[in-house]
Amino acid sequence: MQHVQDFPAACSFIPMCDISLSICLQVDFWLDPVSTELPVDIRVPRFSLIPVKEHLTFHNIPFTVMIENVQELLDKEKAEMEANQMKERSTRSLNFGAYHDLNTIYSWMDTLVADYPNLITKQHIGVSYENRPMYVLKFSTGGYNRPAIWVDTGIHAREWVTQATGVWTANKIATDYGTDASLTSLLNTMDLYMLIVANPDGYVFSHTNDRMWRKTRSVNPGYACRGVDPNRNWDAGFGGPGASSYPCSDSYHGPSANSEIEVKNVVNLIQSHGNFKAFISVHSYSQLLMYPYGYVCSSANHQAELHSVGTAAAQKLTSLYGTAYQVGSICNIIYQASGGSIDWSYNSGIKYSFAFELRDTGRYGFILPADQIIPTASETWLALKHIMEYVRDHPY
Amino acid sequence: MRLVVVLAVLMGVSGIPDVTISPPTASADTSAHPNSIPETADESEQIKARTEEGAEEDVMATGELNPNHYPARRAAQVVQHYLNTRYGSPFRLIGVQTVHSGNAEDVADSGRKYQLELSVNDITNTTQTCSAELFFPKGKGQQPPEVKALCEELVKIDIKAQEEALYQKYKTNQTLMSAQYLPDSHGHIEPDMKPFWHLGILASSFIMLNESTENTLYNVAQVANITQLTTEEDHLEFDCHTLLHEMVSQEIIHWKMLFTWSPAEGVKVVQMKRLPHRHEREKSPKTN
Repeated sequence: MQHVQDFPAACSFIPMCDISLSICLQVDFWLDPVSTELPVDIRVPRFSLIPVKEHLTFHNIPFTVMIENVQELLDKEKAEMEANQMKERSTRSLNFGAYHDLNTIYSWMDTLVADYPNLITKQHIGVSYENRPMYVLKFSTGGYNRPAIWVDTGIHAREWVTQATGVWTANKIATDYGTDASLTSLLNTMDLYMLIVANPDGYVFSHTNDRMWRKTRSVNPGYACRGVDPNRNWDAGFGGPGASSYPCSDSYHGPSANSEIEVKNVVNLIQSHGNFKAFISVHSYSQLLMYPYGYVCSSANHQAELHSVGTAAAQKLTSLYGTAYQVGSICNIIYQASGGSIDWSYNSGIKYSFAFELRDTGRYGFILPADQIIPTASETWLALKHIMEYVRDHPY
Repeated sequence: MRLVVVLAVLMGVSGIPDVTISPPTASADTSAHPNSIPETADESEQIKARTEEGAEEDVMATGELNPNHYPARRAAQVVQHYLNTRYGSPFRLIGVQTVHSGNAEDVADSGRKYQLELSVNDITNTTQTCSAELFFPKGKGQQPPEVKALCEELVKIDIKAQEEALYQKYKTNQTLMSAQYLPDSHGHIEPDMKPFWHLGILASSFIMLNESTENTLYNVAQVANITQLTTEEDHLEFDCHTLLHEMVSQEIIHWKMLFTWSPAEGVKVVQMKRLPHRHEREKSPKTN
């Protein structure tokens, strides 16, 4: 059949329900003619509007215009979809079940802050040895210097499930605030600080050079080996047992406490803030939930309470998928280790100091399959939440 | 049927850099210890630093052990390595599930003895309870622990067909297999590569068992490379490079192994050699 290019005049005598009308005037039937009782919907191209209207009027066929300008509607919808896609490409579309490099995590943090401007701000807390920015996400609903909870992930570069858990958790908090009653009440009275990549240089190095890198990347004068174990560098029994004085060791404590800028940046923040009530450091692997001390094997003053909170938190964790955790002091559960962060935080007066070792127990170890990220983060969240709720309910 | 009693006495010096070690034998020959001389000053420093750390942990738990604390858990890990050397398969890796109870005591001046009750499971999720006895010898150089284990029924279950299929496939394949980074950085491993990952872990279990003391806890961090070699014998032969993670020092230790496997014989390690530490490998270009 011939496609008619020339217009209306040539087609004006064609009856309405003739199929050739649609070809001639390019009328598109959205509701086909079925019977004379039922309405017919048509889309009419602009150039056919006048002849179609004339034709309908001439034949006394009542009609109403449902949409004045279909194209306008389509354009608007397209724009909306594109905008949604842009948003999707930001916070929600980040695949939480995959490992991401530093740049991706940092970009994502910006989109999270953009999506939740009334809840989250990004704070630059200093730079790393190789001059990379260190960012903390602060979750706050207002107030001034409210009592706060600290969570860090990724202080050891190779423990990739921890940075990934940090990302998932930050997103979880952002999305659950306002709908989860407990979390909402918590954030209405307390602030939450999350340092997702506590060791950016090490993290980058574990992507580019050595998947098993643990330490910072600081230069050790006189040695080819770089880096200090950032979790032996804190001012708590510094230089004592369970840390090495040999720069090439993976547990090298460094030349002095806080020699590592990555550690110093956190110490500065905590000290100048002055109102932290909990300090939680997340590592992998071994499936442990621990409290001070690591540098000595004697009990902390609040041992009984910490053990009780830890045990309850671990039970919540286990309730999700059956993942078994051991609870105890660092020195008893894993090893004596000096210069650790939660020993420092505890001795600084932050009573609720805990360290997690996430999945697994050694089968995959540091190279935990990406499909375990979300299950790990989800179960860990239950434990974290329990601790945070306890802190909220036990002000001191 | 129910009880399996096994006695294993393992000899050979281990844990010293760049020394080729002959395979463990059933005899009680303790005289064949090659001496090792640290190759560089740095290495001797490293060994010294580690010894100093070890000395701090000399006061070890004695008497009844808390099953959740590290002394019992480290001992249990040694049992795991032992069980894998005896009963492991490319289709069956044994892991510690729970430590139920433990006991440790000094044995005159010769070492320390542990008794453990534990449960182990494997990748098919079958759980077995075991009783184990370990002896960590004291003295110069590092001697491997002696392990005895009594388990419910650690017989090979239902994996014979898979083992045969694997054996036949790679005995008759046109090209020799070779794989790197099992699993990869993201924890991913192709399903048909899994048996080789497991073989790398099994071969490493001989090393981890040999290297274990009360102050170590070993896991395989990654199989860096496993390459099949030609052989006329009735087994498959592999060259393998694995990364071991030692939890207490947090070090990653590289080992190279030559081992064989067949359904009938299981894994036999022919040769093992510890590779230099990363920094030692980094350093070499500078000395040129």
